[in-house]
Amino acid sequence: MQFSRKHLLGLEGFSKEEILYILDTAKSFREVLSRPIPKVPTLRGKTIVNLFFEASTRTRISFELAEKRLSADSVNFAVSTSSVKKGETLRDTARNIEAMKIDMVVMRHSAAGAPHFLSQCVDAHIINAGDGQHEHPTQGLLDLMTLQEKFGDLSGLNVVVVGDIAHSRVARSNIYGLQALGAKVGLCGPATFIPYQAEHWGVEIFNKIDEAIEWANVLNVLRIQLERQQGGMFSTTREYFNLFGITRQRIESAGKDITILHPGPINRGVEIESELADSDYALILQQVTNGVAIRMAVLYLFSGLSSDNSSESDA
Amino acid sequence: MVAERNNQVIDAAGLHRTLTRLAHEIVEQNRGVANLVLLGVRTRGVPIAYRLQRMINDIEGQDLPVGELDVTMYRDDVFQKIKQPSVQTTNIKFNIDGKTVVVVDDVLYTGRTVRAALDAIIDFGRPTAIQLAVLIDRGHRELPIRADYVGKSIPTSQGEEVRVKLKETDQQDSVSVIRAFGEK
Repeated sequence: MQFSRKHLLGLEGFSKEEILYILDTAKSFREVLSRPIPKVPTLRGKTIVNLFFEASTRTRISFELAEKRLSADSVNFAVSTSSVKKGETLRDTARNIEAMKIDMVVMRHSAAGAPHFLSQCVDAHIINAGDGQHEHPTQGLLDLMTLQEKFGDLSGLNVVVVGDIAHSRVARSNIYGLQALGAKVGLCGPATFIPYQAEHWGVEIFNKIDEAIEWANVLNVLRIQLERQQGGMFSTTREYFNLFGITRQRIESAGKDITILHPGPINRGVEIESELADSDYALILQQVTNGVAIRMAVLYLFSGLSSDNSSESDA
Repeated sequence: MVAERNNQVIDAAGLHRTLTRLAHEIVEQNRGVANLVLLGVRTRGVPIAYRLQRMINDIEGQDLPVGELDVTMYRDDVFQKIKQPSVQTTNIKFNIDGKTVVVVDDVLYTGRTVRAALDAIIDFGRPTAIQLAVLIDRGHRELPIRADYVGKSIPTSQGEEVRVKLKETDQQDSVSVIRAFGEK
């Protein structure tokens, strides 16, 4: 397969073949992680900047590990200690970093579209590590990889994303990725959490968690992002847990096998019962392991075309 | 128009005889099969390694462990090609510490694949020795590497291509030298 994308800005518009190719590549890199020396020299000499304008533990560490496992040189840029605090614009920050001759930028930003903007003003390859409420493509891919490991073919699988869909970049990347692979997607949450006109995405919408569980093979339980709940869309965590929290009792009364994903970090006792998060229903830690493999695959595949030969075809 | 001149140099029966000889040489050289493991280099080194395993079993009555090695992650030309090479899975389910590893590949050419394979193997452990078995040695080495077991040496020019076909991957057993001529 000819993989010819330069940036990973989102999963929107990706074909089934492209996604399966990334997942296959990730499988090969996952094997590297289980070796006595879990490191390969593939990206030796490449320099990658991790540009995080928003707090992140898991995603940043996962990218950093992936970079180190591939022998790339990586530099971290955390906004709290940077010149952005002094009023520098995104474009200036990027141009300065580029002047230091870097090959790739892994970027998280609170504004949707920030990586797209960056990809237009610098030559480096851009990997979106989460932009505002838009997309989080590597999270979407690692969810797909985890489901593929469990189910093989995802076509016909019913996956419900539960929680604050409106504010969730994870939900959007999941929807694009799952639909590309032929899975059916449902959304479940309080009406204030379901985006306006979400029905045009070709998804099922559930306002009652028990109906969603009835329909689903997989629940992808989102974290309730309390930091984004200043708009009066949400009453209390207790009420949310009573109405939408995933509990063992709810799962077991459905009387069928259900798989639970969660992008982390978990709010135990808010969106999911604490004990259930540690049970065999949940593949949460497997998602984290797969995250490193997916990011290795993405860094490898998207570092391929340099700007001067991107228009040429395969020789 | 690109035309091809296709010269078959080994047929199915010949391939079988050649591999049989390689199997005997590997056993003879190592005075048996104790501590021996085979590592096939993807793609066509892998089926050849499994065939050698069967043939060595016929001689010594013992199945050697066979591993599958993909060296893409270790190549030195990953970013010189326009198309990013596909990464395949490496599958080595046994410990190689203290073993004699026989690396198996179809064609030995520049030696760069073998160089990458050596680096990969060292990341898996510390074998006592590493040997190299190839079906075809076509010359034009760019690195100081030579094979311990050679099926057939075929002098070629750099414009030619050696095409190994195996039943497992290509539905037939043969080795041909392909020369393309005409305008490309």
